[in-house]
Amino acid sequence: MSVPEILVEGLSWGFILAGSAFLLIGAFGVLRFPDFWSRLHAVSVMDSAGVILLLIGMAIQAGPTLIAVKLLIIGLFLFITGPTATHAVANAAFVSGLRPKEGDGLRSIVDAPTPAQDGDLQAADLS
Amino acid sequence: MFAVATVALLIAMVIVLIRVFRGATLYDRVLAVNAFGTITVLFIGIVGFLMERPEFLDIAMLYALINFVGTIAILKFFRYRAIGDIPRNDPEEEAAG
Repeated sequence: MSVPEILVEGLSWGFILAGSAFLLIGAFGVLRFPDFWSRLHAVSVMDSAGVILLLIGMAIQAGPTLIAVKLLIIGLFLFITGPTATHAVANAAFVSGLRPKEGDGLRSIVDAPTPAQDGDLQAADLS
Repeated sequence: MFAVATVALLIAMVIVLIRVFRGATLYDRVLAVNAFGTITVLFIGIVGFLMERPEFLDIAMLYALINFVGTIAILKFFRYRAIGDIPRNDPEEEAAG
C-alpha cells in the first residue's frame, strides 16, 4: 500500500466513523430527550453533522468520479431540505398549540396566559 | 469500514423507530419519521459502497426527494385535512388537535 492510499483510507475512516457517531448520538437524543422541542435539537445534529461527515467520507473513498458528483448532489439536497422539513414540523407544532417546557420542574407553559397568546398571534400572522 | 457504518446506521434506525412508535404527540412521530428517512438515504448509499454497487446512490437520491415531499404532505394533511386544494373555511380552528 502506497502512502496516498493509506492517507485516503485513513481520512475516509475518520469521516465515516465520525459521521456514524454523530448519527448514533442524534438517535439517542431523539429517544431520550424529554419533549418535542429538545428532540428537534437532536434531529438537527443528525441532519447536519452526521449527513455531511458521512457523505464526505464516501466521496473521499470514491475519488473524483461521477459517484462523487452524485454524493455532492445528495448532500446539497439534504442540506437544503433537512432544515426546511425541521422548520415545517416545528411551525406546525407551534401553530397547533404545543409549547416548550420551562422553569424548575419542566412545566409546560400552555396555561400561562400572556406568552401563549402572544405566540398564537404571531403564528396566526405568519401562516 | 462500511460494515461498521452499516451496523451503526442500523442501530440508529432502530432507535429512531422506537421513538416513532412511542412518540407522545403527532409531531414527535413526524419528526422521527423524517429523521428515519434521512438515515435511510445514508444507509442506501453506504450499502451501495459495501456491496460495491454505487448505482444505489441513484435510489438514495430518489429516496431523499420522496422523503421531503412526504413529510411536507403529511404535515399539510394533518393541518388542513386535505392534500390538494385547501378548503377555505377557517384553517386556524382546524389545527387545534
